Amino acid sequence: MDMNEIKEIFFQECEEQLAELESGLLKLNDGDRDPETVNAVFRAVHSIKGGAGAFGLDDLVSFAHVFETTLDCVRSNRLDPGPEVLKVMLKSADVLADLTNAARDGGSVDEARSRQLIKELEALANGEVPQASAVAEPVAPVSKAAPVAVAPVVNDEGFQPVAFSFDDFETDEPASMEMPTYEIVFKPKSDLYAKGNDATLLLRDLSRLGEMSIHCDMDTLPSLDRLSPETAYFSWKVSLKTDKGEDAIRTVFEFAEWDCDLDVSLVSGETAPVGEELPMQPVPFDLSILDDEPVGPIGVIEEEEQLAAQQEIRNAAVAAAGTASNVLQMAQSAARAPAEKSAGAAASAAAQSAAAQQAAASAATPTIRVDLDRVDRLINLVGELVINQAMLSQSVVENDANGTSSINMGLEELQQLTREIQDSVMAIRAQPVKPVFQRMSRIVREIADMTGKSVRLITEGENTEVDKTVIDKLAEPLTHMIRNAVDHGLETPEKRLAAGKSAEGTVRLTAKHRSGRIVIELADDGAGINREKVRQKAIDNDLIAADANLSDEEIDNLIFHAGFSTADKISDISGRGVGMDVVKRSIQALGGRINISSKPGHGSVFTMSLPLTLAVLDGMVVTVANQTLVVPLTAIVETLQPEAAAIHSFGSNQRLISIRNSFCPLVDVGRILNFRASQANPVEGVALLVESEGGGQRALMVDAIQGQRQVVIKSLEANYTHVPGIAAATILGDGRVALILDVDTIVAASRGQSLKPEMSLAAAG
Amino acid sequence: MKKRVLTVDDSRTIRNMLLVTLNNAGFETIQAEDGVEGLEVLEEANPDVIVTDINMPRLDGFGFIEGVRKNDRYRAVPILVLTTESDAEKKNRARQAGATGWIVKPFDPTKLIDAIERVTA
Repeated sequence: MDMNEIKEIFFQECEEQLAELESGLLKLNDGDRDPETVNAVFRAVHSIKGGAGAFGLDDLVSFAHVFETTLDCVRSNRLDPGPEVLKVMLKSADVLADLTNAARDGGSVDEARSRQLIKELEALANGEVPQASAVAEPVAPVSKAAPVAVAPVVNDEGFQPVAFSFDDFETDEPASMEMPTYEIVFKPKSDLYAKGNDATLLLRDLSRLGEMSIHCDMDTLPSLDRLSPETAYFSWKVSLKTDKGEDAIRTVFEFAEWDCDLDVSLVSGETAPVGEELPMQPVPFDLSILDDEPVGPIGVIEEEEQLAAQQEIRNAAVAAAGTASNVLQMAQSAARAPAEKSAGAAASAAAQSAAAQQAAASAATPTIRVDLDRVDRLINLVGELVINQAMLSQSVVENDANGTSSINMGLEELQQLTREIQDSVMAIRAQPVKPVFQRMSRIVREIADMTGKSVRLITEGENTEVDKTVIDKLAEPLTHMIRNAVDHGLETPEKRLAAGKSAEGTVRLTAKHRSGRIVIELADDGAGINREKVRQKAIDNDLIAADANLSDEEIDNLIFHAGFSTADKISDISGRGVGMDVVKRSIQALGGRINISSKPGHGSVFTMSLPLTLAVLDGMVVTVANQTLVVPLTAIVETLQPEAAAIHSFGSNQRLISIRNSFCPLVDVGRILNFRASQANPVEGVALLVESEGGGQRALMVDAIQGQRQVVIKSLEANYTHVPGIAAATILGDGRVALILDVDTIVAASRGQSLKPEMSLAAAG
Repeated sequence: MKKRVLTVDDSRTIRNMLLVTLNNAGFETIQAEDGVEGLEVLEEANPDVIVTDINMPRLDGFGFIEGVRKNDRYRAVPILVLTTESDAEKKNRARQAGATGWIVKPFDPTKLIDAIERVTA
């Protein structure tokens, strides 16, 4: 594994963390105040920052850092996550997602936006709660001096960062003329060993700095019978000749400095070069401390520490024979001690919260990550297995008419197992619709912002599972529908209030399983379809006759016609030349159906029903000119046996069929695909009434219907080449290849001429 | 004998980086995803040194360190804390919980190996 692969993992993880972040923020938005939710949100940003830092993604790090700081305020109860705060946070989550994408794909981000949000986040962290917008309920004015929403600091997490330098000690300082010698007195406390530190190792590290002589002081070692094995008795006095400076010596004891008494003093030689730059202004240094007076500027400190601090300062004073900077350093490190100690109480609180977290830990199902390729290969193989099993069954039936019962039973079992394997394998590809749904909440926020509407998105059934391919292809039509729902469906806050509704509109996105399909509903509580307007528009656009008598439902469904838009003004959002007709077509391309029902004044509901997988298809197996074809069942509205009286000719060779007093063009599939030169006699065949992309109906003529079955889809492009009018192929139980009809292209072709012969099946063989 | 390092971190990215860095430096690496798992695999991992993150689901780094220190067999194992914050407060908390030392993120392979060598024989 190399860094690029790890980077890839990092971005995958970012996706997950971003999803986690958003769902957590949305939970908070719904009033969830579970500390674990806040923690999860914090962790998500924290993780992204951590990884981004490792890859030097500075933009991402700096934004995540500001975000994290603000979230930390929420985590420590210093900032109440009210609606206005969450608004900023949700937007920040969006920017974080943009920054992540930019870091991965090299795109650019809206810098002004991220700068603005950094400001807003910083303001929140500083206790400034934004004023609610005009739409929301008025919030009592918040004075900056006494912020209402800022809870008093109840625990010690409100720490002030203390400057702490970890500069490399291997600085290129010129060697001084004479090597300075330090005397180091090191007395470990028992705690040092309890925390896994080891005096030997510390001394070993020390010895690497220069020439060293060690004296071990064993005076306090009691006799064996009184010796407590876990008590520290030894102390060491070290004389070290080094040009690395005192900082380097202290760095050795970095991990141990709280758990030992440590004196470092310069006994001879030039002043050690100082690795870090310190302000050189003179600082008042009160020598009276040397007389054990209480230390004024350091504040209240505990006795032990006071002594230690003073000891250090005394040492500093000794070293003051050197430069003032050394003294400063000492004084600083002495002053540091109490600040760190003050946070001590937090540890017990941390222990408690850790225990609480452990208790609240949800039993997560273990998962593994698998390459999609492997799953696809498995699915493909299972597809082959299903076909093979069907072939086997058929040949057994053909060759052994009386049926040896043991073979038949075995076959039946095999069939059942195959089916189970198929279902299980399909389930591997099944994914919850959650990621797509989550993306929608961002879209809702953006459009709500653009349109000045106040919108609440409620999602239900996010864990409903469907094939990954379906999920991937669902995002686009769904995005468009959501845009429409907010832009056209919902009214402005003023209009809503005037209509006696709440200012905030609701869009509800629901997913559920229903009879082997997934049903996705998108409901808004807006004004509903303005039928008069739709009708007028349809008349203007010559879609319907001026006197057409349409049911409410028929009018509602007119919006799926190409180029239909009822918004008075074409807005930035919906008016991108993409209409609901495109949505409908993409849903149909997935083998799905879409419907709308609307109640004036109460809103509209779009209902989509989609297959759970694109790997298998419910099809009607038909015969056309001795060829076996499969027609997707979703396209077929009804089938009928034409009577001679119902067939009408017009034009040179066009025919219509009259069905319940309306005319429908008759399309001879065999002729379109160039299976035969002349038109078949409709009366001898079967007509399949299909709905095409324009919404119009056509009757497809086939010779006979063989039956209906689920078929495994085999891509024609991958195995052969694209053939117009054919969507894919499948292998039937008898081992023959059958082509799956692309109904839309067939219908489109029927409008003009037949498919270009050189491209068509007859030519392809 | 290779030294055994147990790493505890919920971030897959960091876990992988630790794994690559430690393996390249000749350590044997055992990984856990959070404090709970860290404690579960402790006996089996039998580590010479532990590297743990602080912010983790289920059981955070502080709790994990306390858990290790309560285990008679491992209470003296050096534990290094991975922390993005270089502020003293976090370190102090980790120290109080029983951490031996810390490594400040952003993750730097040299710093990591240095720190591990400082606390292991």
